[in-house]
Amino acid sequence: MSNAILSFTRLRAQFVKEVLSILRDPRSRMVVFVPPILQLLVFAFAATLEVRNVDIAVYNQDAGRWSLELMQRLDSARFISHVRRVDSQRQLHDLIDRGEVIAALAIPADFSRTIAAGGGGRAQVLVDGRRSNSGQITVAYLSTIAAEVGAAVVPDAQAPKPVVVRHWFNPNLVYRWFIVPGLTGILALFSALLITSLSIARERELGTFDQLLVSPTSTPEIIISKSLPALAIGTLLGLFMIGAGVFVFGIPFTGSFALLLASLVLFILSVVGIGLMISAVSATQQQAILGAFAIGVPAVLMSGFATPVENMPTVLQWLAQAIPLTHFLVIVEGSFLKAMPAADILANAWPLALIALATLTLATLLVRSRLQ
Amino acid sequence: MGAQSASDASRQHGQHDAAVVIENLAKHFGKVQALRGLSASIRYGRLTGLVGPDGAGKTTLMRIMTGLLVPDAGSVTLAGFDVVKDNDAIHVASGYMPQRFGLYEDLTVMENMRLYARLRGMDAEHNTELFDELLEFTRLGPFTARLAGKLSGGMKQKLGLACALMARPKVLLLDEPGVGVDPVSRQDLWRMVQALTDEGMAVVWSTAYLDEAERCQSVLLLNQGQLLFDGPPQELTAQLEGRSFRLENVGAERRAVLTEALDLPSVSDGVIQGAGVRVVLRAGADAQQVQALAARSRVELAAVPARFEDAFIDLLGGGPGGTSTLAERLPPVELGSDIAVSCRHLTKRFGAFTATDDVSFEVRKGEIFGLLGPNGAGKSTTFKMLCGLLKPSAGEAHVVGLDLRRATGAAKSRLGYMAQKFSLYGLLSVRQNLEFSAGVYQLEGDTRRQRIEEMIATFDLGDWLSATPDSLPLGHKQRLALACSLMHRPPVLFLDEPTSGVDPITRREFWTHINGLARKGVTIMVTTHFMDEAEYCDRVAMLSRARLIALDTPDALKRMAASAQQPDPTMEDAFIHLVESADRDTEAAA
Repeated sequence: MSNAILSFTRLRAQFVKEVLSILRDPRSRMVVFVPPILQLLVFAFAATLEVRNVDIAVYNQDAGRWSLELMQRLDSARFISHVRRVDSQRQLHDLIDRGEVIAALAIPADFSRTIAAGGGGRAQVLVDGRRSNSGQITVAYLSTIAAEVGAAVVPDAQAPKPVVVRHWFNPNLVYRWFIVPGLTGILALFSALLITSLSIARERELGTFDQLLVSPTSTPEIIISKSLPALAIGTLLGLFMIGAGVFVFGIPFTGSFALLLASLVLFILSVVGIGLMISAVSATQQQAILGAFAIGVPAVLMSGFATPVENMPTVLQWLAQAIPLTHFLVIVEGSFLKAMPAADILANAWPLALIALATLTLATLLVRSRLQ
Repeated sequence: MGAQSASDASRQHGQHDAAVVIENLAKHFGKVQALRGLSASIRYGRLTGLVGPDGAGKTTLMRIMTGLLVPDAGSVTLAGFDVVKDNDAIHVASGYMPQRFGLYEDLTVMENMRLYARLRGMDAEHNTELFDELLEFTRLGPFTARLAGKLSGGMKQKLGLACALMARPKVLLLDEPGVGVDPVSRQDLWRMVQALTDEGMAVVWSTAYLDEAERCQSVLLLNQGQLLFDGPPQELTAQLEGRSFRLENVGAERRAVLTEALDLPSVSDGVIQGAGVRVVLRAGADAQQVQALAARSRVELAAVPARFEDAFIDLLGGGPGGTSTLAERLPPVELGSDIAVSCRHLTKRFGAFTATDDVSFEVRKGEIFGLLGPNGAGKSTTFKMLCGLLKPSAGEAHVVGLDLRRATGAAKSRLGYMAQKFSLYGLLSVRQNLEFSAGVYQLEGDTRRQRIEEMIATFDLGDWLSATPDSLPLGHKQRLALACSLMHRPPVLFLDEPTSGVDPITRREFWTHINGLARKGVTIMVTTHFMDEAEYCDRVAMLSRARLIALDTPDALKRMAASAQQPDPTMEDAFIHLVESADRDTEAAA
C-alpha cells in the first residue's frame, strides 16, 4: 500500500461519492437546477432598469398650439400609462406626495407664445425624489419629448444643452444585453459556492467527516475531490447561461469562446476555494448556507454588477479587486459585446488565477487545522 | 411536593385508578408504523417504565399522551381527559420533560423557572414558596444564578424536572431522563421520582436501558410499536427463574467459552461478565450441556438471579449465535510488537480548559480496551487523539508503533474506525458505501472485488445492496458500518460508543463479532457508557475530570467498590464509587 499524498484509487472513490451526494441530496439538487431556471426568468424578464408603465400629471396653463402638441406626444409616449390632467399647482404636489405619479409637468401660460416668438419654451417638471433612479430616467424621457416640440423642460433654472449620445457596443441600450452576461457569473458563483460550502458541513453533520479523516486520505485529496464536482457543475451552468444569452436572447457574442471558458474555470476554482473555507468552519449545513449568502451577496453587490466599481470609496475598490466576480464580469461582458482582445482578458484572468491559488491554499490549511 | 398535590392525586385515585388509559393506539409516519394497536393503562402512585430499544415507539407514545401528536386510530385518556378533544386540559394535568433539554440555555436557572411559571399563567412573584420547595427538592438551590447552558447533564435534567413539576401535574411524563446523565445524577433522579410517586403522582419514565426497567414498579415493554409485556418487571423475570447461570472465573478463555456456549442448542443467550460468562437457557431446556461445558473448561457453574434484559431477549426469541462469520474469514493478525496502542503523558488543552490531563497506558495486541467515564470526563478527547482526529497538546500516541503525529498516512491505514451513530453516507446506496470505503483505503482490482463480496456475504447484505443505509433495519446498518471499517483488515479497531441506542439483540450480535475479532488478534479500543458493555473489555480505563482515575480488569474495578453493604457490586456501582473517591481525593489535595 503506497502512502503518497495523492492516490488515484482514493481520489476516484471520493469523487464518485461527491458526485452521488450532490445529485441525491435534495438540497444540493435544488442549488444546481432551480436557480438557473429561476434567474433566467426573473432577471431576464422582470428585472429591468428601463422605466415603463408610469403615470404623469400635467398642469397645462397654456391653451396654445405647442402645449397641445406636447400633450399629444405625452399621450402617445409608450412609457406612460396615464397622463393625469390637473387644474392647479397644488393638485400636482398632492399627486406626487401620494406617490400616484412619478413626475409632474407644469406648462406656463406663455409656453406657446415664447416658442412662436422663436425663444425656447420652458415647462417645469417635478419629480418624485423617493424613486430617484426611475425619476431621473423619466426626466430624461420627458426632455427628449420636449425637445421634439422645440422646448426644454427645466428641472431647475438651467436648460440642457443639446447633446447627441451614441452608445457603443449596445447601441439601443438593450438591458438584457448587459444583464444576461453578468448573470452567467452570478449563477456560477452561487452554485459553486453553495455546493462546496455544503459538502464538508454535510459530512460533519453525518459524522462521516471523522471517518474520512481517520482514513489514509490526505487533505489535498479531500480538497480536490470536493472541488471537481463543483467545478464541473459550475462550468456547465455558466455554459448554459452563455448559451441562453446567445441563442435565446440573441446577444451578440463577439469575443473568444476558448478564452472565456478558461476564465470561467479559473473563476469557479477561486469560488470553490471560498466555499470550502466556509464549509471547513461550519458545523452544520445551515451555518454553511448562511455563510455562503453572507459572502455571496456582498460579493455580487461590490463586483460592479449593479454599481460601477469606480464609484466606490478607494478602500472598497481594493476589496472589490479581491472578489473573483469583479474580474470575471469584465471578461464575460467584454467577450459578449466588445470582442475583448486576448491581452485584456489575460489582464483580468491572472488576478483570478491568483485568487484561486490563495483561496484553495487557505481552504486546505483550514481543513487541516480542524485536526488540531 | 406539597401535601396539596398529594391529596389532589389521591382524590383522583379514589375515583378511578388509571391515570392514563390507552386503547388500540396506532400512529404511522410515512411508511413507518411507529405504534401498532397498543392498549395499556398507567396507574396513579406508581413509577411506570416505558421500556424498549430506539425506534420502539416510546417517544411517539409519550408525545401522543401529552397531546402533542394526534393518533391515527385509537384513543388516550389522561387524568380523565381525552388527549385530542380536551387538549387544553391535558397541558394542565400533565407535566412533560422532553428527551432533549427544552429550556433556555441563555437564561439562569431562576429565570427559566420564572418564565415557565408565567407561561403556565402563574404569578411568579407570589410563588416563592413553590420555587423554594422545587429548588430544595431538586437540590438546585445553590445554582439559581447559573446559566442553564452551563449546567451539567444531570443538573439540566433536574431543572427540566423542576419546570415540569411547576403546575403540580397529576401525571408526569419523562422522556429518557437517564440519557446523558452520569450514574451519580441518575441516582438522584430516581430518588426524586420515588418521592413523587409516594405522594400519589403517576410517573412515566421512558428508557432504552433495560437495567432501568428493573427499578420501575410497572413496565410497558415496547418493541417495534407493539406491547410485549405489561406488568411488574419481577413478574417477567420470574418466568426465567432457574434458567440463568454464570460460569465463574473463566479468565482468558472466556471469549472461546462464550462462543461455545452460544452455539449450544440449549442456550438462548449469553454475555461476558468480567472474567465470567453468563448464560440463559432456552425455555424447557435443562442445564446438562452447560454443566458439561463448565466441566470441560474446569470452571464452576453458579445459578444467578434472572435480569430484566434476559427476559427481554427471551421474549424476542433469544440472542444470536456465538460464532462470528466475519472473524472466521480473517487471517490472524501479525504485529511486530506486542503493544498495539500506547500513549504517554497524553494531554489536550482547549485554551484554559484541560480536556485530557497526562494520560498514559499501553494496550496489548488482541486486547479489548475500554474507555469509560461520565460526560465531559475527557474520554472522547482521549479517544480522538489516539485515532489521530485531534493533535495532542503534549505527550504522544502510537498506533502499531507509528507516531500519529508524523507518519499519519501510514498509521491511519493500519486502523479501523467506527464512529458513533454509524456514520455512513446516507445519500449513497449500501454497495456504494462499501465501494467508497474500499477505495478510500486503496483496495484495487481483484482484492477490492473479493473483499466487498466477502463483506456482503458475511454480513448478509445481499438483499439491501441498492437500498440507502437509512432505510436499513438498525442491525443491518450496524453491520454495514462494521463492514466499512473492516474492509482493509486493520490490526486495530476504534469503536466510539458503538452500540448506543441499539437494541440488546443487535448489541449482542455486534459483540459476537468483536469477540471473534479479538480472538484473531485484532486490538479493539472502545468508548462506552453502557456499564454492561464494559464487562466485555479485558481492561477498562476510567476517566474523570480529564484524569485517568483507574485502569484494571472489570472484576478488579468491581472489587474496589465492594463493601459490607455491597458484597457484589455492579459495574455501575464500581463506577460511582471510583468517581466519588477520586473527587474526594482532589478536594483533599486542594
